[in-house]
Amino acid sequence: MTAATLEALADVEAATVEVHDVHKWYGTHRVLDGVDLTVRPGEVTVILGPSGSGKSTLLRVINHLEKPEIGHVSINGELIGVKRHGDRLKELSERAILTQRGRIGFVFQNFNLFPHLTVLDNVAAAPVATGRLSKPEAQELARELLGRVGLADRTGAYPRQLSGGQQQRVAIARALALRPGVILFDEPTSALDPELVGEVLAVIKDLATSGTTLVIVTHEIGFAREIADRVVFIDGGRIIEQGPPSEILDNPRHERTRDFLSKVL
Amino acid sequence: MSEPPGATVTLTRSSSADEPSTPLTAQRVLPLRRPGRWIATAVVLVLVAQFVHGLVTNPFYQWDRWSYWFLRPTILDGLVITLEVTAYSAVLGLIGGIVLALARLSKSPVLRAVSWTYVWVLRSVPLIVVLIFLYNFSALYKTLSVGIPFGPAFFSFDESKLATDMVVAVVGLSLNEAAYAAEVVRGGILSVDQGQHEAAAALGLPKGYQFRRIIFPQALRSIVPNYVNQLIGLIKGTSLVFYVSLLDLFGSAQTMGSTYPGDIVPLLLVVTVWYLILTSVVSVIQFYVERHYARGATRSLPPTPLQRLRTGLTDLRARIRKEAAV
Repeated sequence: MTAATLEALADVEAATVEVHDVHKWYGTHRVLDGVDLTVRPGEVTVILGPSGSGKSTLLRVINHLEKPEIGHVSINGELIGVKRHGDRLKELSERAILTQRGRIGFVFQNFNLFPHLTVLDNVAAAPVATGRLSKPEAQELARELLGRVGLADRTGAYPRQLSGGQQQRVAIARALALRPGVILFDEPTSALDPELVGEVLAVIKDLATSGTTLVIVTHEIGFAREIADRVVFIDGGRIIEQGPPSEILDNPRHERTRDFLSKVL
Repeated sequence: MSEPPGATVTLTRSSSADEPSTPLTAQRVLPLRRPGRWIATAVVLVLVAQFVHGLVTNPFYQWDRWSYWFLRPTILDGLVITLEVTAYSAVLGLIGGIVLALARLSKSPVLRAVSWTYVWVLRSVPLIVVLIFLYNFSALYKTLSVGIPFGPAFFSFDESKLATDMVVAVVGLSLNEAAYAAEVVRGGILSVDQGQHEAAAALGLPKGYQFRRIIFPQALRSIVPNYVNQLIGLIKGTSLVFYVSLLDLFGSAQTMGSTYPGDIVPLLLVVTVWYLILTSVVSVIQFYVERHYARGATRSLPPTPLQRLRTGLTDLRARIRKEAAV
Protein backbone atom coordinates (compact mmCIF):
# COMPACT_ATOMS: atom_id res chain seq x y z
CA MET A 1 0.00 0.00 0.00
CA THR A 2 1.36 3.40 -0.95
CA ALA A 3 2.09 6.12 1.57
CA ALA A 4 -0.65 8.34 0.17
CA THR A 5 -3.29 5.66 0.58
CA LEU A 6 -2.11 4.86 4.08
CA GLU A 7 -2.35 8.48 4.96
CA ALA A 8 -5.82 8.61 3.43
CA LEU A 9 -6.86 5.71 5.62
CA ALA A 10 -5.33 7.06 8.81
CA ASP A 11 -7.74 8.27 11.46
CA VAL A 12 -8.97 11.75 10.81
CA GLU A 13 -9.21 14.23 13.61
CA ALA A 14 -12.85 14.57 14.57
CA ALA A 15 -14.28 18.00 13.93
CA THR A 16 -16.21 20.49 16.02
CA VAL A 17 -19.36 21.82 14.39
CA GLU A 18 -20.83 25.14 15.49
CA VAL A 19 -24.11 26.55 14.25
CA HIS A 20 -24.66 30.18 15.23
CA ASP A 21 -28.13 31.71 15.26
CA VAL A 22 -29.10 30.35 11.83
CA HIS A 23 -32.27 31.62 10.16
CA LYS A 24 -33.54 30.25 6.89
CA TRP A 25 -36.78 30.91 5.08
CA TYR A 26 -38.34 29.97 1.76
CA GLY A 27 -40.46 32.91 0.67
CA THR A 28 -42.39 33.81 3.79
CA HIS A 29 -42.12 30.35 5.32
CA ARG A 30 -39.59 30.19 8.14
CA VAL A 31 -37.77 26.85 8.09
CA LEU A 32 -35.08 27.66 10.63
CA ASP A 33 -35.75 30.29 13.23
CA GLY A 34 -32.56 31.00 15.16
CA VAL A 35 -30.81 27.68 15.67
CA ASP A 36 -27.72 27.45 17.87
CA LEU A 37 -25.95 24.13 18.13
CA THR A 38 -22.48 22.99 19.10
CA VAL A 39 -21.29 19.48 18.34
CA ARG A 40 -18.08 18.53 20.10
CA PRO A 41 -15.38 16.43 18.42
CA GLY A 42 -16.29 12.75 18.30
CA GLU A 43 -19.77 13.41 19.57
CA VAL A 44 -22.76 11.57 18.07
CA THR A 45 -25.73 13.91 17.82
CA VAL A 46 -29.13 12.69 16.77
CA ILE A 47 -31.67 15.26 15.56
CA LEU A 48 -35.32 14.34 16.04
CA GLY A 49 -38.43 16.22 15.08
CA PRO A 50 -41.73 15.98 13.22
CA SER A 51 -41.66 16.22 9.45
CA GLY A 52 -41.36 19.80 8.26
CA SER A 53 -39.68 20.83 11.49
CA GLY A 54 -36.50 21.93 9.71
CA LYS A 55 -34.20 19.09 10.77
CA SER A 56 -33.08 18.18 7.22
CA THR A 57 -32.62 21.85 6.38
CA LEU A 58 -30.42 22.28 9.45
CA LEU A 59 -28.26 19.37 8.27
CA ARG A 60 -28.01 20.82 4.76
CA VAL A 61 -27.07 24.23 6.13
CA ILE A 62 -24.08 22.64 7.86
CA ASN A 63 -22.41 21.70 4.54
CA HIS A 64 -23.88 24.75 2.77
CA LEU A 65 -26.18 22.82 0.43
CA GLU A 66 -28.63 25.42 1.74
CA LYS A 67 -27.52 29.00 2.38
CA PRO A 68 -28.75 30.48 5.65
CA GLU A 69 -30.28 33.94 5.34
CA ILE A 70 -28.88 34.97 8.71
CA GLY A 71 -26.26 33.32 10.89
CA HIS A 72 -23.32 31.10 10.08
CA VAL A 73 -21.81 27.66 10.52
CA SER A 74 -18.23 26.86 11.34
CA ILE A 75 -16.34 23.59 11.40
CA ASN A 76 -13.17 23.54 13.51
CA GLY A 77 -13.49 27.31 13.66
CA GLU A 78 -13.50 27.71 9.86
CA LEU A 79 -16.57 29.49 8.51
CA ILE A 80 -18.49 27.41 5.95
CA GLY A 81 -19.61 29.02 2.70
CA VAL A 82 -18.74 32.53 3.82
CA LYS A 83 -15.73 34.58 4.84
CA ARG A 84 -15.37 37.40 7.30
CA HIS A 85 -14.82 40.81 5.84
CA GLY A 86 -14.43 43.19 8.76
CA ASP A 87 -17.76 42.93 10.52
CA ARG A 88 -19.65 41.42 7.60
CA LEU A 89 -19.95 37.99 6.06
CA LYS A 90 -19.35 37.61 2.33
CA GLU A 91 -20.24 34.62 0.23
CA LEU A 92 -17.33 32.41 -0.81
CA SER A 93 -16.66 31.47 -4.44
CA GLU A 94 -18.28 28.26 -5.63
CA ARG A 95 -14.87 26.64 -5.98
CA ALA A 96 -13.96 27.46 -2.37
CA ILE A 97 -17.28 26.08 -1.10
CA LEU A 98 -16.71 22.86 -3.04
CA THR A 99 -13.27 22.53 -1.46
CA GLN A 100 -14.80 22.93 2.00
CA ARG A 101 -17.47 20.31 1.25
CA GLY A 102 -14.70 17.93 0.29
CA ARG A 103 -14.03 17.52 4.02
CA ILE A 104 -17.64 17.05 5.12
CA GLY A 105 -19.32 13.70 4.61
CA PHE A 106 -22.99 13.71 3.67
CA VAL A 107 -25.22 10.65 3.37
CA PHE A 108 -28.57 11.12 1.65
CA GLN A 109 -31.90 9.48 2.34
CA ASN A 110 -32.07 8.26 -1.29
CA PHE A 111 -28.37 7.28 -1.45
CA ASN A 112 -27.84 9.35 -4.64
CA LEU A 113 -25.12 7.04 -5.91
CA PHE A 114 -23.95 7.73 -9.46
CA PRO A 115 -25.80 5.01 -11.41
CA HIS A 116 -23.47 5.02 -14.42
CA LEU A 117 -20.34 4.35 -12.35
CA THR A 118 -19.36 1.10 -10.69
CA VAL A 119 -19.44 0.87 -6.91
CA LEU A 120 -15.65 1.21 -6.87
CA ASP A 121 -15.69 4.34 -9.06
CA ASN A 122 -18.46 5.87 -6.96
CA VAL A 123 -16.22 5.68 -3.91
CA ALA A 124 -13.01 6.61 -5.72
CA ALA A 125 -14.48 9.56 -7.67
CA ALA A 126 -14.08 12.36 -5.14
CA PRO A 127 -10.42 11.79 -4.13
CA VAL A 128 -9.47 11.60 -7.82
CA ALA A 129 -11.58 14.55 -8.98
CA THR A 130 -10.18 16.80 -6.26
CA GLY A 131 -6.64 15.70 -7.07
CA ARG A 132 -5.97 14.35 -3.59
CA LEU A 133 -5.07 10.84 -4.76
CA SER A 134 -4.03 9.26 -8.04
CA LYS A 135 -6.52 6.89 -9.62
CA PRO A 136 -4.83 3.66 -8.44
CA GLU A 137 -4.41 5.08 -4.93
CA ALA A 138 -8.05 6.15 -4.79
CA GLN A 139 -9.19 2.73 -5.97
CA GLU A 140 -7.07 1.07 -3.32
CA LEU A 141 -8.64 3.33 -0.72
CA ALA A 142 -12.10 2.59 -2.13
CA ARG A 143 -11.51 -1.19 -1.87
CA GLU A 144 -10.39 -0.75 1.72
CA LEU A 145 -13.46 1.33 2.63
CA LEU A 146 -15.86 -1.01 0.81
CA GLY A 147 -14.36 -3.85 2.83
CA ARG A 148 -15.07 -1.86 5.96
CA VAL A 149 -18.78 -1.60 5.09
CA GLY A 150 -18.87 -5.29 4.16
CA LEU A 151 -19.03 -4.94 0.37
CA ALA A 152 -15.53 -6.01 -0.67
CA ASP A 153 -17.04 -8.49 -3.17
CA ARG A 154 -19.34 -5.99 -4.95
CA THR A 155 -16.76 -3.45 -6.18
CA GLY A 156 -17.52 -4.11 -9.88
CA ALA A 157 -21.31 -3.92 -9.58
CA TYR A 158 -23.42 -0.95 -10.64
CA PRO A 159 -25.54 0.67 -7.90
CA ARG A 160 -28.89 -0.47 -9.34
CA GLN A 161 -27.74 -4.08 -9.09
CA LEU A 162 -27.53 -3.71 -5.30
CA SER A 163 -30.18 -3.78 -2.59
CA GLY A 164 -31.10 -0.52 -0.86
CA GLY A 165 -29.11 -1.44 2.21
CA GLN A 166 -26.03 -2.21 0.13
CA GLN A 167 -26.42 1.05 -1.80
CA GLN A 168 -26.57 3.04 1.41
CA ARG A 169 -23.44 1.29 2.67
CA VAL A 170 -21.67 2.25 -0.58
CA ALA A 171 -22.85 5.83 0.00
CA ILE A 172 -21.30 5.73 3.47
CA ALA A 173 -18.02 4.42 2.02
CA ARG A 174 -18.16 7.24 -0.55
CA ALA A 175 -18.53 9.78 2.25
CA LEU A 176 -15.66 8.16 4.16
CA ALA A 177 -13.39 8.50 1.12
CA LEU A 178 -13.38 12.26 1.76
CA ARG A 179 -11.63 11.62 5.11
CA PRO A 180 -14.28 13.79 6.70
CA GLY A 181 -13.97 15.26 10.16
CA VAL A 182 -17.73 15.08 10.42
CA ILE A 183 -20.37 12.99 8.64
CA LEU A 184 -23.93 14.21 8.27
CA PHE A 185 -26.69 11.60 7.80
CA ASP A 186 -30.05 12.72 6.41
CA GLU A 187 -32.55 9.99 7.37
CA PRO A 188 -30.18 7.25 6.17
CA THR A 189 -32.65 4.40 6.69
CA SER A 190 -35.97 6.01 5.72
CA ALA A 191 -35.91 4.72 2.14
CA LEU A 192 -35.07 1.14 3.14
CA ASP A 193 -37.17 -1.97 3.53
CA PRO A 194 -37.45 -2.82 7.24
CA GLU A 195 -35.22 -5.89 7.01
CA LEU A 196 -32.38 -3.84 5.47
CA VAL A 197 -32.31 -1.12 8.13
CA GLY A 198 -30.16 -3.15 10.51
CA GLU A 199 -27.15 -3.54 8.21
CA VAL A 200 -26.93 0.23 7.63
CA LEU A 201 -27.36 1.07 11.31
CA ALA A 202 -24.58 -1.44 12.12
CA VAL A 203 -22.18 0.45 9.85
CA ILE A 204 -23.14 3.80 11.40
CA LYS A 205 -22.69 2.33 14.86
CA ASP A 206 -19.23 1.17 13.87
CA LEU A 207 -18.41 4.74 12.81
CA ALA A 208 -19.82 6.12 16.05
CA THR A 209 -17.43 4.02 18.12
CA SER A 210 -14.48 4.96 15.91
CA GLY A 211 -14.62 8.55 17.16
CA THR A 212 -15.79 10.46 14.07
CA THR A 213 -18.18 13.35 14.71
CA LEU A 214 -21.62 12.32 13.49
CA VAL A 215 -24.81 14.33 13.10
CA ILE A 216 -27.76 12.08 12.28
CA VAL A 217 -31.32 12.97 11.37
CA THR A 218 -33.39 9.84 11.93
CA HIS A 219 -36.71 8.43 13.02
CA GLU A 220 -35.12 5.35 14.60
CA ILE A 221 -35.68 6.20 18.26
CA GLY A 222 -34.22 2.91 19.51
CA PHE A 223 -31.08 3.53 17.50
CA ALA A 224 -30.83 7.08 18.85
CA ARG A 225 -31.06 5.79 22.41
CA GLU A 226 -28.32 3.27 21.67
CA ILE A 227 -25.67 5.43 20.01
CA ALA A 228 -26.44 9.11 20.63
CA ASP A 229 -24.35 11.13 23.03
CA ARG A 230 -26.91 13.84 22.61
CA VAL A 231 -30.42 14.07 21.26
CA VAL A 232 -31.67 17.36 19.85
CA PHE A 233 -35.43 17.81 19.46
CA ILE A 234 -36.42 20.39 16.89
CA ASP A 235 -39.85 21.72 15.97
CA GLY A 236 -41.04 24.76 14.02
CA GLY A 237 -37.46 25.60 13.05
CA ARG A 238 -36.31 25.92 16.69
CA ILE A 239 -34.46 23.62 19.03
CA ILE A 240 -37.01 22.76 21.70
CA GLU A 241 -34.68 20.84 23.95
CA GLN A 242 -31.46 18.87 23.88
CA GLY A 243 -29.56 16.56 26.15
CA PRO A 244 -28.47 12.95 26.69
CA PRO A 245 -30.92 10.36 25.33
CA SER A 246 -31.93 9.22 28.81
CA GLU A 247 -33.14 12.74 29.49
CA ILE A 248 -34.80 13.67 26.20
CA LEU A 249 -36.26 10.31 25.27
CA ASP A 250 -37.30 9.11 28.72
CA ASN A 251 -38.02 12.32 30.63
CA PRO A 252 -38.76 15.05 28.13
CA ARG A 253 -39.53 18.36 29.77
CA HIS A 254 -41.48 19.92 26.93
CA GLU A 255 -45.02 19.16 25.91
CA ARG A 256 -44.11 19.11 22.19
CA THR A 257 -41.32 16.56 22.72
CA ARG A 258 -43.64 14.32 24.73
CA ASP A 259 -46.28 14.68 22.06
CA PHE A 260 -43.84 13.73 19.29
CA LEU A 261 -42.39 10.77 21.17
CA SER A 262 -45.84 9.42 21.98
CA LYS A 263 -46.54 9.30 18.24
CA VAL A 264 -43.35 7.60 17.09
CA LEU A 265 -42.68 5.16 19.93
CA MET B 1 -73.57 -27.97 16.92
CA SER B 2 -74.15 -29.10 13.33
CA GLU B 3 -75.43 -26.71 10.68
CA PRO B 4 -78.80 -27.20 9.01
CA PRO B 5 -78.23 -29.96 6.39
CA GLY B 6 -80.00 -28.00 3.62
CA ALA B 7 -77.39 -25.22 3.57
CA THR B 8 -74.49 -27.63 3.15
CA VAL B 9 -76.18 -29.38 0.26
CA THR B 10 -76.82 -26.14 -1.72
CA LEU B 11 -73.23 -25.05 -1.23
CA THR B 12 -71.82 -28.30 -2.61
CA ARG B 13 -74.18 -28.30 -5.52
CA SER B 14 -73.44 -24.70 -6.66
CA SER B 15 -69.66 -25.25 -6.65
CA SER B 16 -69.91 -28.58 -8.48
CA ALA B 17 -71.85 -26.82 -11.27
CA ASP B 18 -68.69 -24.88 -12.32
CA GLU B 19 -65.97 -27.43 -11.76
CA PRO B 20 -65.62 -31.09 -12.58
CA SER B 21 -65.79 -33.27 -9.49
CA THR B 22 -62.26 -34.66 -9.91
CA PRO B 23 -59.52 -32.54 -8.30
CA LEU B 24 -57.59 -30.34 -10.79
CA THR B 25 -54.04 -31.50 -11.44
CA ALA B 26 -51.31 -29.03 -12.39
CA GLN B 27 -51.03 -28.73 -16.17
CA ARG B 28 -50.09 -26.32 -18.92
CA VAL B 29 -52.69 -23.58 -19.65
CA LEU B 30 -53.86 -23.59 -23.27
CA PRO B 31 -53.24 -20.22 -24.95
CA LEU B 32 -56.28 -18.23 -26.12
CA ARG B 33 -57.01 -18.58 -29.88
CA ARG B 34 -57.05 -15.25 -31.73
CA PRO B 35 -58.66 -15.67 -35.19
CA GLY B 36 -58.93 -11.89 -35.75
CA ARG B 37 -55.18 -11.55 -35.59
CA TRP B 38 -54.71 -14.31 -38.17
CA ILE B 39 -57.11 -12.64 -40.60
CA ALA B 40 -55.41 -9.23 -40.22
CA THR B 41 -52.01 -10.86 -40.79
CA ALA B 42 -53.21 -12.53 -43.97
CA VAL B 43 -54.65 -9.27 -45.34
CA VAL B 44 -51.44 -7.36 -44.64
CA LEU B 45 -49.31 -10.10 -46.23
CA VAL B 46 -51.38 -9.97 -49.43
CA LEU B 47 -51.06 -6.17 -49.61
CA VAL B 48 -47.28 -6.36 -49.06
CA ALA B 49 -46.95 -9.03 -51.76
CA GLN B 50 -48.91 -6.86 -54.22
CA PHE B 51 -46.71 -3.85 -53.51
CA VAL B 52 -43.46 -5.80 -53.92
CA HIS B 53 -44.76 -7.40 -57.10
CA GLY B 54 -45.56 -3.97 -58.53
CA LEU B 55 -42.16 -2.63 -57.51
CA VAL B 56 -40.38 -5.45 -59.33
CA THR B 57 -42.51 -5.85 -62.46
CA ASN B 58 -43.62 -2.27 -63.24
CA PRO B 59 -41.38 -1.11 -66.15
CA PHE B 60 -41.89 2.48 -64.99
CA TYR B 61 -39.20 1.97 -62.30
CA GLN B 62 -36.54 0.98 -64.90
CA TRP B 63 -34.44 -1.12 -62.49
CA ASP B 64 -31.75 -1.66 -65.17
CA ARG B 65 -31.19 2.11 -65.27
CA TRP B 66 -31.17 2.06 -61.46
CA SER B 67 -28.26 -0.37 -61.40
CA TYR B 68 -26.52 1.71 -64.05
CA TRP B 69 -26.68 4.85 -61.87
CA PHE B 70 -26.33 3.38 -58.36
CA LEU B 71 -22.51 3.34 -58.26
CA ARG B 72 -21.79 6.02 -60.92
CA PRO B 73 -18.89 8.34 -59.85
CA THR B 74 -21.11 11.46 -60.02
CA ILE B 75 -23.56 9.88 -57.57
CA LEU B 76 -20.75 8.67 -55.30
CA ASP B 77 -19.14 12.15 -55.34
CA GLY B 78 -22.49 13.55 -54.28
CA LEU B 79 -22.70 10.91 -51.53
CA VAL B 80 -19.30 11.97 -50.20
CA ILE B 81 -20.43 15.62 -50.12
CA THR B 82 -23.59 14.58 -48.25
CA LEU B 83 -21.53 12.62 -45.71
CA GLU B 84 -19.05 15.46 -45.25
CA VAL B 85 -21.69 18.14 -44.79
CA THR B 86 -23.64 15.89 -42.39
CA ALA B 87 -20.59 15.00 -40.31
CA TYR B 88 -19.33 18.57 -39.92
CA SER B 89 -22.79 19.96 -39.20
CA ALA B 90 -23.65 17.17 -36.74
CA VAL B 91 -20.49 17.78 -34.69
CA LEU B 92 -20.58 21.58 -34.85
CA GLY B 93 -24.34 21.57 -34.24
CA LEU B 94 -23.97 19.38 -31.15
CA ILE B 95 -21.16 21.52 -29.73
CA GLY B 96 -23.24 24.64 -30.40
CA GLY B 97 -26.24 22.92 -28.85
CA ILE B 98 -24.33 22.07 -25.66
CA VAL B 99 -23.10 25.67 -25.33
CA LEU B 100 -26.61 27.04 -25.94
CA ALA B 101 -28.15 24.57 -23.47
CA LEU B 102 -25.63 25.50 -20.76
CA ALA B 103 -26.31 29.19 -21.42
CA ARG B 104 -30.03 28.54 -21.18
CA LEU B 105 -29.58 26.74 -17.84
CA SER B 106 -27.13 29.28 -16.43
CA LYS B 107 -27.97 31.70 -13.65
CA SER B 108 -27.19 34.76 -15.81
CA PRO B 109 -30.39 36.28 -17.21
CA VAL B 110 -28.47 37.74 -20.16
CA LEU B 111 -27.08 34.36 -21.24
CA ARG B 112 -30.50 32.78 -20.79
CA ALA B 113 -32.15 35.47 -22.92
CA VAL B 114 -29.54 35.30 -25.69
CA SER B 115 -29.79 31.51 -25.85
CA TRP B 116 -33.59 31.62 -25.85
CA THR B 117 -33.64 34.24 -28.62
CA TYR B 118 -31.19 32.28 -30.76
CA VAL B 119 -33.27 29.12 -30.51
CA TRP B 120 -36.45 31.09 -31.15
CA VAL B 121 -35.11 32.76 -34.31
CA LEU B 122 -33.36 29.73 -35.81
CA ARG B 123 -36.28 27.43 -35.18
CA SER B 124 -38.65 29.93 -36.75
CA VAL B 125 -36.72 30.63 -39.94
CA PRO B 126 -36.84 27.86 -42.58
CA LEU B 127 -33.47 26.22 -43.20
CA ILE B 128 -33.58 27.10 -46.88
CA VAL B 129 -33.94 30.79 -46.01
CA VAL B 130 -30.93 30.59 -43.67
CA LEU B 131 -28.86 28.91 -46.39
CA ILE B 132 -29.72 31.40 -49.13
CA PHE B 133 -29.18 34.25 -46.68
CA LEU B 134 -25.67 32.99 -45.94
CA TYR B 135 -25.05 32.45 -49.64
CA ASN B 136 -25.61 36.17 -50.16
CA PHE B 137 -23.79 37.07 -46.98
CA SER B 138 -20.67 38.29 -48.75
CA ALA B 139 -22.79 40.95 -50.39
CA LEU B 140 -23.88 42.21 -46.96
CA TYR B 141 -20.48 42.07 -45.27
CA LYS B 142 -17.50 42.38 -47.61
CA THR B 143 -14.83 41.50 -45.06
CA LEU B 144 -14.72 39.68 -41.74
CA SER B 145 -12.17 40.88 -39.22
CA VAL B 146 -10.94 39.83 -35.80
CA GLY B 147 -10.07 42.64 -33.41
CA ILE B 148 -11.32 44.82 -30.58
CA PRO B 149 -15.10 45.24 -30.83
CA PHE B 150 -15.84 48.59 -32.47
CA GLY B 151 -12.04 49.18 -32.47
CA PRO B 152 -9.08 48.33 -34.70
CA ALA B 153 -8.92 44.97 -36.47
CA PHE B 154 -6.01 42.49 -36.21
CA PHE B 155 -6.92 40.18 -39.10
CA SER B 156 -9.26 40.63 -41.99
CA PHE B 157 -10.66 38.02 -44.34
CA ASP B 158 -12.11 38.54 -47.71
CA GLU B 159 -15.59 37.14 -47.32
CA SER B 160 -15.91 35.80 -50.82
CA LYS B 161 -12.74 33.70 -50.43
CA LEU B 162 -13.71 32.41 -46.98
CA ALA B 163 -17.26 31.51 -47.85
CA THR B 164 -16.95 28.57 -50.21
CA ASP B 165 -20.13 26.68 -51.02
CA MET B 166 -19.09 23.99 -48.56
CA VAL B 167 -18.54 26.53 -45.75
CA VAL B 168 -21.87 28.19 -46.43
CA ALA B 169 -23.63 24.82 -46.36
CA VAL B 170 -21.94 23.63 -43.14
CA VAL B 171 -22.39 26.96 -41.35
CA GLY B 172 -26.05 27.17 -42.32
CA LEU B 173 -26.86 23.61 -41.31
CA SER B 174 -24.86 23.91 -38.07
CA LEU B 175 -26.63 27.12 -37.06
CA ASN B 176 -29.95 25.43 -37.63
CA GLU B 177 -28.89 22.15 -36.04
CA ALA B 178 -27.53 23.91 -32.93
CA ALA B 179 -30.93 25.44 -32.20
CA TYR B 180 -32.61 22.02 -32.17
CA ALA B 181 -29.68 20.29 -30.45
CA ALA B 182 -29.84 22.93 -27.69
CA GLU B 183 -33.34 21.79 -26.78
CA VAL B 184 -32.36 18.12 -26.97
CA VAL B 185 -29.36 18.66 -24.71
CA ARG B 186 -31.31 20.86 -22.31
CA GLY B 187 -34.01 18.19 -22.03
CA GLY B 188 -31.33 15.58 -21.37
CA ILE B 189 -29.70 17.63 -18.62
CA LEU B 190 -33.07 18.32 -17.00
CA SER B 191 -33.87 14.60 -17.04
CA VAL B 192 -30.99 13.89 -14.63
CA ASP B 193 -32.27 13.55 -11.07
CA GLN B 194 -31.74 16.57 -8.81
CA GLY B 195 -30.17 14.21 -6.26
CA GLN B 196 -27.25 13.65 -8.64
CA HIS B 197 -26.46 17.38 -8.68
CA GLU B 198 -26.72 17.43 -4.89
CA ALA B 199 -24.53 14.38 -4.39
CA ALA B 200 -21.87 15.79 -6.73
CA ALA B 201 -21.99 19.12 -4.89
CA ALA B 202 -21.91 17.45 -1.46
CA LEU B 203 -18.78 15.50 -2.42
CA GLY B 204 -17.11 18.77 -3.42
CA LEU B 205 -16.45 17.60 -6.98
CA PRO B 206 -15.13 20.47 -9.12
CA LYS B 207 -17.81 22.10 -11.29
CA GLY B 208 -16.34 20.96 -14.62
CA TYR B 209 -15.94 17.39 -13.37
CA GLN B 210 -19.54 17.39 -12.17
CA PHE B 211 -20.74 18.22 -15.65
CA ARG B 212 -18.36 16.04 -17.67
CA ARG B 213 -18.34 12.92 -15.53
CA ILE B 214 -21.56 12.91 -13.53
CA ILE B 215 -24.34 14.90 -15.19
CA PHE B 216 -23.60 14.76 -18.93
CA PRO B 217 -23.03 10.97 -19.19
CA GLN B 218 -26.41 10.43 -17.55
CA ALA B 219 -28.04 13.09 -19.72
CA LEU B 220 -26.71 11.30 -22.81
CA ARG B 221 -29.11 8.45 -22.15
CA SER B 222 -31.99 10.66 -23.18
CA ILE B 223 -29.94 12.88 -25.53
CA VAL B 224 -28.77 10.03 -27.81
CA PRO B 225 -32.17 8.84 -29.14
CA ASN B 226 -33.40 12.40 -29.60
CA TYR B 227 -30.20 13.59 -31.22
CA VAL B 228 -30.11 10.63 -33.60
CA ASN B 229 -33.63 11.55 -34.63
CA GLN B 230 -32.27 15.04 -35.25
CA LEU B 231 -29.30 13.59 -37.12
CA ILE B 232 -31.53 11.64 -39.49
CA GLY B 233 -33.41 14.84 -40.19
CA LEU B 234 -30.06 16.49 -40.86
CA ILE B 235 -28.96 13.81 -43.34
CA LYS B 236 -32.05 14.50 -45.38
CA GLY B 237 -31.83 18.24 -44.70
CA THR B 238 -28.47 18.31 -46.46
CA SER B 239 -30.37 17.87 -49.72
CA LEU B 240 -31.19 21.59 -49.43
CA VAL B 241 -27.54 22.53 -50.00
CA PHE B 242 -28.31 21.94 -53.69
CA TYR B 243 -29.79 25.45 -53.56
CA VAL B 244 -26.45 26.97 -52.58
CA SER B 245 -24.93 25.22 -55.59
CA LEU B 246 -23.29 22.36 -53.70
CA LEU B 247 -23.77 19.04 -55.46
CA ASP B 248 -24.65 16.56 -52.75
CA LEU B 249 -26.29 13.17 -53.29
CA PHE B 250 -29.65 14.68 -54.17
CA GLY B 251 -28.03 17.52 -56.13
CA SER B 252 -26.03 15.14 -58.37
CA ALA B 253 -29.12 13.03 -59.06
CA GLN B 254 -31.09 16.18 -59.83
CA THR B 255 -28.41 17.43 -62.25
CA MET B 256 -28.19 14.04 -63.97
CA GLY B 257 -31.98 13.99 -64.13
CA SER B 258 -32.07 17.25 -66.07
CA THR B 259 -29.44 15.90 -68.47
CA TYR B 260 -31.20 12.52 -68.89
CA PRO B 261 -34.89 13.35 -68.33
CA GLY B 262 -35.93 9.75 -69.02
CA ASP B 263 -33.95 8.54 -66.00
CA ILE B 264 -35.57 10.73 -63.34
CA VAL B 265 -37.44 7.88 -61.64
CA PRO B 266 -34.47 5.48 -61.39
CA LEU B 267 -32.30 8.38 -60.21
CA LEU B 268 -34.78 9.20 -57.46
CA LEU B 269 -34.79 5.52 -56.51
CA VAL B 270 -30.97 5.56 -56.36
CA VAL B 271 -31.14 8.51 -53.97
CA THR B 272 -33.87 6.81 -51.91
CA VAL B 273 -31.84 3.63 -51.50
CA TRP B 274 -28.72 5.58 -50.51
CA TYR B 275 -30.65 7.59 -47.90
CA LEU B 276 -32.14 4.31 -46.61
CA ILE B 277 -28.65 2.86 -46.26
CA LEU B 278 -27.40 5.97 -44.43
CA THR B 279 -30.25 6.02 -41.90
CA SER B 280 -29.88 2.26 -41.36
CA VAL B 281 -26.19 2.66 -40.55
CA VAL B 282 -27.02 5.48 -38.15
CA SER B 283 -29.69 3.33 -36.47
CA VAL B 284 -27.25 0.47 -35.95
CA ILE B 285 -24.69 2.85 -34.45
CA GLN B 286 -27.47 4.31 -32.28
CA PHE B 287 -28.26 0.86 -30.86
CA TYR B 288 -24.70 0.31 -29.69
CA VAL B 289 -24.23 3.87 -28.39
CA GLU B 290 -27.47 3.60 -26.41
CA ARG B 291 -26.39 0.24 -25.08
CA HIS B 292 -23.11 1.81 -23.95
CA TYR B 293 -24.87 4.57 -22.04
CA ALA B 294 -27.39 2.14 -20.54
CA ARG B 295 -24.65 0.78 -18.28
CA GLY B 296 -25.89 1.04 -14.72
CA ALA B 297 -29.29 2.37 -15.74
CA THR B 298 -30.78 -1.08 -16.15
CA ARG B 299 -29.91 -4.19 -14.21
CA SER B 300 -28.78 -5.99 -17.35
CA LEU B 301 -27.93 -4.60 -20.79
CA PRO B 302 -30.31 -5.21 -23.72
CA PRO B 303 -29.01 -8.09 -25.88
CA THR B 304 -27.31 -7.34 -29.20
CA PRO B 305 -29.08 -8.71 -32.31
CA LEU B 306 -26.54 -11.55 -32.46
CA GLN B 307 -27.18 -12.50 -28.82
CA ARG B 308 -30.92 -12.31 -29.45
CA LEU B 309 -30.60 -14.61 -32.47
CA ARG B 310 -28.57 -17.09 -30.44
CA THR B 311 -31.05 -17.23 -27.50
CA GLY B 312 -33.91 -17.39 -30.03
CA LEU B 313 -32.38 -20.45 -31.67
CA THR B 314 -31.74 -22.11 -28.30
CA ASP B 315 -35.34 -21.47 -27.23
CA LEU B 316 -36.66 -22.81 -30.50
CA ARG B 317 -34.55 -25.98 -30.21
CA ALA B 318 -35.74 -26.49 -26.61
CA ARG B 319 -39.36 -26.05 -27.66
CA ILE B 320 -39.07 -28.50 -30.53
CA ARG B 321 -37.46 -31.05 -28.23
CA LYS B 322 -40.24 -30.57 -25.65
CA GLU B 323 -42.99 -30.91 -28.29
CA ALA B 324 -41.30 -34.04 -29.64
CA ALA B 325 -41.16 -35.52 -26.15
CA VAL B 326 -44.90 -34.90 -25.66
